[in-house]
Amino acid sequence: MKKDKFNPDYSAKNGLFDRRSFLKASIASGSGMMIAGAHASEDKIRSSWMGMPGEGMGESGPSEYERHIKRADIGSQPGTVGSGASRTPIQFLDGIITPSRLHFERHHSGIPNINPDEHRLVIHGLVDRQLSFSLEDLHRYKQVSKIQFLECSGNSGAMISPEAPQRNAAQLHGLVSCSEWGGVPLNVLLDEAGIKPEGKWIVASGADAAVMARSVPLQKIMDDAIVATHQNGEPVRPSNGYPMRLFLPGWEGNACVKWLRTIKVTSGPSMTKDETSKYSDLRDDGISKLFTFPMEVKSVITSPSPGLNLSKKGIYQISGIAWSGSGKIKKVELSADGGKSWAEAQLDEHVLSKSLTRFRSAWMWDGSNSSLMSRAIDEKGNVQPRRDAWLEGKAVNTFYHYNAIQSWAISSGGEVSNVYL
Amino acid sequence: MSIYKNIICTFFLFLLAGNAISDVFVKKNPNLGEPLSDEEIKKYDFVIMPNGQGLPNGEGSVDAGKNLYDIHCMACHGKDGVKGLNGDLAGGHGTISGPVPKKTVGSYWPYSTILFDYIRRAMPYQNPGSLTNDEIYSISAYILFINNIIDSEMILNKNNLPGVKMPNSENFVWAFPEDS
Repeated sequence: MKKDKFNPDYSAKNGLFDRRSFLKASIASGSGMMIAGAHASEDKIRSSWMGMPGEGMGESGPSEYERHIKRADIGSQPGTVGSGASRTPIQFLDGIITPSRLHFERHHSGIPNINPDEHRLVIHGLVDRQLSFSLEDLHRYKQVSKIQFLECSGNSGAMISPEAPQRNAAQLHGLVSCSEWGGVPLNVLLDEAGIKPEGKWIVASGADAAVMARSVPLQKIMDDAIVATHQNGEPVRPSNGYPMRLFLPGWEGNACVKWLRTIKVTSGPSMTKDETSKYSDLRDDGISKLFTFPMEVKSVITSPSPGLNLSKKGIYQISGIAWSGSGKIKKVELSADGGKSWAEAQLDEHVLSKSLTRFRSAWMWDGSNSSLMSRAIDEKGNVQPRRDAWLEGKAVNTFYHYNAIQSWAISSGGEVSNVYL
Repeated sequence: MSIYKNIICTFFLFLLAGNAISDVFVKKNPNLGEPLSDEEIKKYDFVIMPNGQGLPNGEGSVDAGKNLYDIHCMACHGKDGVKGLNGDLAGGHGTISGPVPKKTVGSYWPYSTILFDYIRRAMPYQNPGSLTNDEIYSISAYILFINNIIDSEMILNKNNLPGVKMPNSENFVWAFPEDS
């Protein structure tokens, strides 16, 4: 069969294909397969693992060849073990679901070992009936499930540094993950308790050693908050709040209190330590913004990215993730020439509200110095800003809610690095 | 034979009950919440509001607070709240609108009640829940004192703590609800 010669049909400068020509490019780049460690009998060849029956059934982890894919950049505050974070290795993942074992972590006093039989969710404050629920009780309520991202508002904070930090995608942007979250809508439980007219906010507290607390407007709680008991089909893991956590679609991770223990309906915010002294956004005029809950529209190219270098010139798949706390991703644009020209990326089938969305594109790398950028636009028309626009008006050491365009430089040797453009 | 009979019966029951089942889910919930008394709720309620609502009885002095601070807090937060392993608690006053803001309890926090709320929830790090209310008032008093916010004679309690004005309290706006 005669192989058609691929006819380049670039839609942006420096080799970037439009999403409509992506399929053609993929076909053209197909190559042969190598078989290693094989042994032959008669005229057929078998790899070594085909010469005997394999392992039995049971618990399974990743392939021994993929064990480098694990939570990255684990660090905690001095003098503590459990007060810190770990990150999702986004550069090694594809699709939109983050395996639960790789979901990022951010804890304020470690992971409690909670016996679900002794755990209760208590709803109190400005309610007609103060109520307590067991995990078993919650399982009898109608469950809902949504595929949605969770992002720490400190994600990408290293990008405020004056020099571009030479770190990989996980280290820079790995405080975001996406799961199928299942649980009970909180409005059902609050309706059961009966909210008094003065009730306008709630204060959620966790069952960790820090009794971690955040105030959340009642409007959000009644809109789409859930008490999540399930993550990707299994009970929520201890590092994500077992046996139950607050989940606020699209809002900053810190407000999604893990190991949820109490919900107090109040007339206003409690002004907890975290929502005032930590998760507030300081401007360069000395004014701080409190309660900046929604996570903004954002994207990052995960492949290629630092550590995933290009070996030789030719066609590569550019792949990455985009998300917005305001709804669905409408489109992702890519540039291979430092933002001078842009081409639209192809979005995978699952474009869900407040979820990670996978984008891809084909790119013909000609072996020259290049720079790759992605720019996400959501259904509300929000456009991911450039870094200089994001920094405008903020105090020099304010890093929460960083959502600027990420640029990766590709050297003529194929090495990928972080660069400010 | 009886197995088939059961299956058929179950099938017809399902047909009959179909609407009722979905209605229960849509319009009702199982109402499984167990009512709790005020006495029980009190044991779970850590919330303190900026107006002082939720603060318990008790009192504490700056002097008592210094002794407690040196035992329970200094290892992580440094002598007199500076140069510790974790976040300075004192100093930085007047830097917040300057070129390099330095956030401490004294320079940044908007409300004094946060001190009591946070210490009672989470501190000391290795042994949370071990301090009495008097001790928490005392440590709060000491941290306010080393920030020059109260004088050394002040005895803190639930009545006067909310009135202690923090230097940066006027410099916060709310992003939610919008335009508030």
